[in-house]
Amino acid sequence: MLEVIGLGCLRGERRLFGGVSFKLKPGGLIWIQGGNGSGKTTLLRTLCGLTQAMAGEVRWDGETIQVRGEDYRRELTYIGHANGLKEDLSALENLRITAQLAGQSVSHEQVAEALQGSGLAGREHLPVKFLSQGQRRRTTLARLRLPNPRMIWLLDEPFNALDTHAVAGIKSTMENHLAQGGMIALTTHQDVAIQTADIQTLQLDA
Amino acid sequence: MKRTLRVIVLRDLLLAMRRRADVATTLFFFVIVASLFPLGVGPEPKLLRAMAPGIVWVAALLASMLSLERLFAADYADGSLEQLVLAPEPLVLVVIGKVLAHWLVSGLPLVLISPVIALQYDLPAEAIVTLLLALLLGTPLLSLIGAIGAALTVGVRGGGVLISLLVLPLYVPVLIFGAGAVDASTIGMEAGGHLSILGALLLLGMVLAPWATAAALRISLE
Repeated sequence: MLEVIGLGCLRGERRLFGGVSFKLKPGGLIWIQGGNGSGKTTLLRTLCGLTQAMAGEVRWDGETIQVRGEDYRRELTYIGHANGLKEDLSALENLRITAQLAGQSVSHEQVAEALQGSGLAGREHLPVKFLSQGQRRRTTLARLRLPNPRMIWLLDEPFNALDTHAVAGIKSTMENHLAQGGMIALTTHQDVAIQTADIQTLQLDA
Repeated sequence: MKRTLRVIVLRDLLLAMRRRADVATTLFFFVIVASLFPLGVGPEPKLLRAMAPGIVWVAALLASMLSLERLFAADYADGSLEQLVLAPEPLVLVVIGKVLAHWLVSGLPLVLISPVIALQYDLPAEAIVTLLLALLLGTPLLSLIGAIGAALTVGVRGGGVLISLLVLPLYVPVLIFGAGAVDASTIGMEAGGHLSILGALLLLGMVLAPWATAAALRISLE
C-alpha cells in the first residue's frame, strides 16, 4: 500500500502544495488534478523519490520510500513529461534498454509485441528521430504493455500528443493493470473514463 | 548488478556508434592540436623532445574535456537520466557504467593513437612506452574526475564553460605526474615513481569519484 502523509513541497520560495494525504491500495487509481503550475508533476516526482518533500512523507508498506530505496524502485514505473527516448536508437532498442535498466527481463519478441500493440508495427526499427510526437509517446507508453508490469504506475500526462485510438488503448491497458491489483497515480487534463471501483481525485489548486 | 553495468555500457557504446562524428571530434582535436605544435615551433628535435610530454598531455586534457559536456547533458535533456536514477540499482553503478563507456569512446582512442603522435616529437622508444602507460592510467582518471563536473552542471546554462572551470584545476595532478613520467623517461630516468602515483590517484578516483558524481546527479535532478 502506498501512503502519503501530509506531503508539502516548495518551489523556490513559493509553497506549491501542502498537507496532501492519501492512500493508494491495490487496484486503486488516483487522478491528480490542478491547473498549470499547481504542482502535479512535482507531486509525482516526489512520489517516485526524484524530488525531496519539504514536509510529510511517502510510505510504501509502512516504511518511507527513502528507507526502502531500491525495493521501492523495483515496484515502480514512472513515465514523465519527457519521453526518455534516445533519438538515434530505434523504438525497439529504446524499449528494450529501458526495460532492462528497470530490471525487467524481456525477450525480443515481447518487446516487438508491446510495440505492435501500441500501433507501431512496421516502425520498430526506425530511429526515434523519424517518429512523430504521438508515435514517440506511444513508444514510451509501450513499456506498460510489457509482461510482468511493475506494481505502481506514476504517469505524468500520459495522453499528451496521442490520438483517440491510442488513448483508448492506454486506458484499457490501465484497466487491466488495476484489475490485476496494480496501482496508478496519474495527472491528465483529459477526462478519465476508466472503469474501476476505486478511483480517487485529488485537487491541487490552492 | 553486473547486468545493469553491462546494459549501460552497451547502451552508451551503441549511442556513440550512431554518432560517430562526436567520437571522431575528440580524436581529431587531439591529433590536430598535437600536430600543430611541431609546425609552429619549428623542427628542432631537442626542443620538440623537451616539449612533447607537456603538449601531448595538455592536448589529452582538452580533448577529454570536449566530450564531457555530453556525458549527462543529453540524457538529462531527453528525460532518460530520470529513468536511470529510478533504476532499481544503486546510482553509483549507473555512473560507473557511463564513465567506463565515456573512457572507451573518448579516452582509449587517445591512448592508442599516442605512439604515432610521439613519433612526430622524436621521442625515444622507452619514452613512448611510458607515454602509453601514463595515458592508460591517466585518461580513465580524467573521465572519472570529469564526470563529477558534468554531473554538477547538468541542466545549467553555459554548462560547458563551467565544467572547464570546475574540472581543469582537478586535472592538474594528472597533468603533472603524467607529463612528469614521460619527461623522466625521455632523459633516461626511471618513470616508475610517477606511474605509481598516477596508479594510486586512479584507484582513489575509482573509489571516490562515482559516489561524488551520483550525489551531484541527485542534486541536479531535484
